[in-house]
Amino acid sequence: MRDEQNQTAKNFVEQVVALAPALAGPRGEGLERFAKAGLPSTRVEAWKFTNLRGLDKLTLGPAPDAATVTVDAIPTALDAPGPRLVFVAGQYRADLSRVGALPEGVVLAASTGDATPVAGEGPFRALNSALSSQGAALRVAAGVKLASPVELVFIAATTGDKAALWNPRITIDIADGAEATVVEHHAGANAGTYVSNIVADVTVGVAARLHHYKLQAEGLDAWHLANISTHLARDAVYDTFVLNLGARLSRHEARQVLDGTGIAARVSGAYAISGNQVSDITTLIDHAKPHCTSREVVKGVIDGSARAVFQGKIIVRPDAQKTDGYQLNRALLLSDQAEINSKPELEIYADDVKCSHGATAGELDEDQMFYLRARGIPRDAARVLLIGAFLDEALDEIIDETVRAYFRARAEAWMGAR
Amino acid sequence: MSLIEIKNLHATVDGKAILKGIDLTINAGEVHAIMGPNGAGKSTLSYVLAGREGYEITEGSVTFDGQDLLSMEIEERAAAGLFLAFQYPVEIPGVSNTTFLKEALNAVRKTRGETPLDAMQFLKLIRAKAKDLSMTDDMIKRAVNVGFSGGEKKRNEALQMAVLQPKLAILDETDSGLDIDALKIVAEGVNKLRGPERGMLVITHYQRLLDYIVPDVVHVLANGRIVKSGGKELALELEANGYAQFGVTEAA
Repeated sequence: MRDEQNQTAKNFVEQVVALAPALAGPRGEGLERFAKAGLPSTRVEAWKFTNLRGLDKLTLGPAPDAATVTVDAIPTALDAPGPRLVFVAGQYRADLSRVGALPEGVVLAASTGDATPVAGEGPFRALNSALSSQGAALRVAAGVKLASPVELVFIAATTGDKAALWNPRITIDIADGAEATVVEHHAGANAGTYVSNIVADVTVGVAARLHHYKLQAEGLDAWHLANISTHLARDAVYDTFVLNLGARLSRHEARQVLDGTGIAARVSGAYAISGNQVSDITTLIDHAKPHCTSREVVKGVIDGSARAVFQGKIIVRPDAQKTDGYQLNRALLLSDQAEINSKPELEIYADDVKCSHGATAGELDEDQMFYLRARGIPRDAARVLLIGAFLDEALDEIIDETVRAYFRARAEAWMGAR
Repeated sequence: MSLIEIKNLHATVDGKAILKGIDLTINAGEVHAIMGPNGAGKSTLSYVLAGREGYEITEGSVTFDGQDLLSMEIEERAAAGLFLAFQYPVEIPGVSNTTFLKEALNAVRKTRGETPLDAMQFLKLIRAKAKDLSMTDDMIKRAVNVGFSGGEKKRNEALQMAVLQPKLAILDETDSGLDIDALKIVAEGVNKLRGPERGMLVITHYQRLLDYIVPDVVHVLANGRIVKSGGKELALELEANGYAQFGVTEAA
């Protein structure tokens, strides 16, 4: 069946190669590697629960010229928007961005595809390395504390009925002793079919702090593939949270290396999906050095025939004594067809560590529903109360109060639309 | 005028008949008590009236304040003024007592065509009611019933009742798990709500509660039927002689 289809229509990889500009040097080699490897199948362990076959059914076309797209509203998590970079259909829109008046030592700019493909990258990272032409770069110099959160806004747009592909590259570099908050928005309501293939490279220096939040609210026909790699130095604090609400299929793959002592990493997330959506949150927390803590709380609500995937791997290297790791994964299933695939993986090679994990899946509690309704609260409002309470346990992990309130409101809007 | 009129009510759970023809009328201003041994159908009756799922009504009717109670949703019954004080109040982690009470009160007010209370009005009301029941600010801020002792949970039920001001309050084994001091506080809260426009149905296994909430009428429920009705002295008689006279042998 699959072979027959390939004879009549080109698959995703072939279309990508056909549409790509002529590339020489490392980029050309990167694209070649991507083409040769093809899309990972579900036989690959890391992709066991997330099937990419649907990508082969897309008909790819060029992305629209961003300059021709009218943008009605730019999402913000803040009461008053601060510095921000805005991208439309993967292209930088200077007219919608605000980068003025930043403290000395802070560089916030659209970057021009400075990525270099390297052998051994995963398929989508390789694709991004080969094709990325624009992206966002934030650099905060040593000791500088950036008070206002920086927002990186990616707004989708398509033309006609062909699917667009863009490959934004995000680079965040917080030098020793510096501090910043970054909020990523991926918005695509009613934007049609597209593939957003994002790569983010993050470094947090010695005793530096980064709050890194992401709201994925892509259109419901979108494919959102994100690959985040974070390197943390001694005594760094990294607080990251992803909220998955949109996309036909989303994969948030985040790898953090705790490469110094005394690091505190908080890697959490939530999702609320319905219809036939797939939300995949795959994380790797790599404890390479002793005396670090990591904390991961991922919770989500699944309605309709939607499916969620959580793969949470924690590695404690032989040297990483006195590691304190905590992982919790909970799913709330609102329908009989809803599904969760949860795979916690602890690989512990040190002997003096504290690591715990828990995973549960369940339905709304009937006794709680009856109790609320018996006090006059209508069924829908009772559900919203219980789902909200369930998600709060994850959302409470967000340290920044303003962002927490905004993410809570977005999750509440999802519940209200049920 | 009768507040609630239960006629020939039959109900089954998983095909097993539990209520086998209940007839009971409560008028506004009256307090009725239902006593009976374990398994008589006391809790089933309270759940059926509140609308809990999992019970099949096979025969009979219930008219509440002129409406067909059995065709109403759970929340419609509450909004119409029916209140069930739970034998085992449910814990709801993550939802504060304040949020819960506010949602409940404003939902009920909305149904009655009244404007919702704003945050200040609501807080003032709930503080006054909580004080009557010796409940601390901390208890009304905490998640619903989470970490509450048995007595605190029952006081919380009484608080909800005081806030919602129902027409008919059904107290399901409110005395279970209470020490005498907590029992007195809860009973006092309930007695405050007694009035000419309000009815109460007190369901209990023991006579003790009826020392503090004195009923006008006492019914004996056994094997899914009301087998005897009388004045408050019937409760004392049951306490002395047990339920054996109704053909029931109780396991201790």
